[in-house]
Amino acid sequence: MNIPTFRIASPLRPFIALALLLAVGCKAHAALNVVACEPEWASLAKEIGGDRVNVSSATTATQDPHRIEARPSLIARMRNADLVVCTGLDLEVGWLPMLIQQSGNSRLASGSPGYFEAGRFVTPLEVPVRLDRSDGDVHAQGNPHIQLDPRNIAKVATALAERLGRIDAPNAGAYQQGLQAFQARWSAGVAKWEQQAQPLKGVAVVSHHKNMSYLWAWLGLREVGTLEPKPGVEPSAGHLSALSAQLAKQPAKMVVRSAYEDARASQWLADHAQVSMVALPFTVGGNDKATDLFGLFDSTVALLLDGAK
Amino acid sequence: MSIRLSAVALVAAAFVPPSAHAADDSELRDIRAQLEQMKATYEGRIQALESRLQALQQRLEATPLTGIATSAPAMASAHKDEAAPVREATGGAVPPERSGDAVAASAAAEPLTSAAPGGAQTAASGFNPAISLILNGSYANLSRDPSLYRLQGFIPSGGEVGPGARGFSLGDSELSLSASIDPTFSGRLTASIAAEDRIEVEEALFERQGLFDGATLRGGRFLSSIGYLNSQHAHAWDFFDAPLVYQAFFGGQMQTDGLQLKWLAPTDRYFELGVEAGAGRGFPGAESKRNGIGSGALFAHLGDDLGDSASWRTGVSYVLNRARDRTYDDTDATGAPVTNAFSGNSRTWVVDAIYKWSPGGNATRTNLKLQGEYFRRTECGMLVQDIAAASGGNSGDYRSTQSGWYLQAVYQFIPQWRAGVRYDRLDSGRVNIGLVSAGTLSAADFPILQSARPSRATAMVDYSLSEFSRLRLQFAADRSNPAATDRQIYLQYIMSLGAHGAHSF
Repeated sequence: MNIPTFRIASPLRPFIALALLLAVGCKAHAALNVVACEPEWASLAKEIGGDRVNVSSATTATQDPHRIEARPSLIARMRNADLVVCTGLDLEVGWLPMLIQQSGNSRLASGSPGYFEAGRFVTPLEVPVRLDRSDGDVHAQGNPHIQLDPRNIAKVATALAERLGRIDAPNAGAYQQGLQAFQARWSAGVAKWEQQAQPLKGVAVVSHHKNMSYLWAWLGLREVGTLEPKPGVEPSAGHLSALSAQLAKQPAKMVVRSAYEDARASQWLADHAQVSMVALPFTVGGNDKATDLFGLFDSTVALLLDGAK
Repeated sequence: MSIRLSAVALVAAAFVPPSAHAADDSELRDIRAQLEQMKATYEGRIQALESRLQALQQRLEATPLTGIATSAPAMASAHKDEAAPVREATGGAVPPERSGDAVAASAAAEPLTSAAPGGAQTAASGFNPAISLILNGSYANLSRDPSLYRLQGFIPSGGEVGPGARGFSLGDSELSLSASIDPTFSGRLTASIAAEDRIEVEEALFERQGLFDGATLRGGRFLSSIGYLNSQHAHAWDFFDAPLVYQAFFGGQMQTDGLQLKWLAPTDRYFELGVEAGAGRGFPGAESKRNGIGSGALFAHLGDDLGDSASWRTGVSYVLNRARDRTYDDTDATGAPVTNAFSGNSRTWVVDAIYKWSPGGNATRTNLKLQGEYFRRTECGMLVQDIAAASGGNSGDYRSTQSGWYLQAVYQFIPQWRAGVRYDRLDSGRVNIGLVSAGTLSAADFPILQSARPSRATAMVDYSLSEFSRLRLQFAADRSNPAATDRQIYLQYIMSLGAHGAHSF
């Protein structure tokens, strides 16, 4: 009696037929679909690609990029992406692999041209010498928050333009033009910000999380502590008191947090240690002025100068 | 076209090589890993390696591959000043006056793709699969003897059902190994090591992504993608135990030994279709001596965002099992133990919905998760009472329609702390036993099948010191058996070691 196999076959058949039909029937979109993991890379892809790219960011400035839900809408976006532009350095390890795996989009597989990790094109800071979770949420390949050094943005821009040209070869020239226009404006911007930030050299700061290291390295500020006792560990009352006592002896100018971090811990320390509290946009969209990459750095430098007064 | 042919075609298609991927890097990481290991053991040899690195770097600087060269010095210095909280970005960083076009252009070169000559020592272990381990255990205080537990009105599934043991007990430890197999396939093994020195294969699967656009093929043993909770491992559950519907309808979770094809539609809204074909050995199927496919499943999931803060997913699934001599133990009207067997078709529908909310989409501080699933099963076939009897037992028609649901809410009210409630309800529904309606036997000969509406109310609070450890306290009033309420208190720990797995929605 072979009826059972037939019985199972009948409900399956329409699904298989539908799947094959739709898969064959779908054509690639005209503009290149780019999904950025973080807003800064969406902004950069837009600067370089202009109208040739259809860019969206998987996260916003008010979300912690370490902890993002692998939401259905993000899986659907990955499904249709030609290129995913992420920070890498294990920043998105808690969610991006799930998105890519569930998207069924082999163009985005790790190692494919459609998978772009910005962190590979910059010099990572704070590469741990030992890997042990007792040190908190450490990243094996170094600190992944690379976007607050504009010189990193320039390096990534060059690599990204090259990658866009590889995926969309007919427009490679246009991406190079886009890159050159951007780099010209960008180097002028960097020179301006470095000029403005001269007074910040050597200024002592406390950060919420170790996500400002590239900014401090670029502008020469000194980080004398973090609100998190260890990376990724919530600020505790005991640690904050110790930090406050430390600041009484070795004063800092300001407590700095990014837009997505809760204000309570930094507010507490700012009140107790009598220092100013600065909320940096951290990425594009982190405040009203940070509407693009230029606005991000204009605002960041201005806020730091204000906080250091 | 029979399903067998489709399955063969799918497997064949899976072996067609994919388009060439760009070979992936990475000399630098190899050397860094090597450096780190060496440092731990032979402090002295570090110097030698660093000089090798310097030499390599100088060689590279002589070539146009400056992408590598700029990274190398930072790597070397990373080992010298590990104590420094912030290292000056001197090594590879661009001096301010040089920033701009020229430098950026020189950084354009991609990292090298060739194998590292100096990385040979760690190269072999570098291919080791990612390993993750979950430790889990509990302390239970149960008001009723767990050996008396039964889900009244439902044919026992023989799976992981019931409240577990009293007192301290070690839960299943979960060991998972995963890696890419080659550019086409990836694979994963998840074994669960039970406290009774028993190892069970929870999942052992290979996966082929992009079989065609948006399609993923899986083979081996895997947790079926039906419903919402079914595909999640126990450590990711929000409560100590599985909802009653899962216990009653699938004996815990439905595993498929076979093939799965999933396809994601190229739409802006998440829309996924999938089909599974399996052996159907697990409940509600049974061990089969026949060729062919014992179970089939179809599922569709739809999901999207509601603004920045909320997102949802809903789905419907259908499972068909062919059961042959699926036995269960009961007593007859005199109280003597008997073994009965069901043969026939079991059809299960599952409707699931999940809604997650967090302010601005940032779930770090507070978030809310609402989830619910409804199961409905129709079984139709023959029931043999007392198969061990010399006569071969009494045989008659059997038809049942049973259903159940659960609804739960989990709220993270401050970082690290979550509280949740869950309500379970089952309805044993209409059960037509031919032997009873024909008068051969009485309803008292099938005590387990006497109708009931089991329910359970659960509340929990859990605390996560980090992403990798969780402690949970759970209270439940379990009325699985209407005879008495079992008041259950659990204290549970879940610890996660090793590789950081990504979490599903």
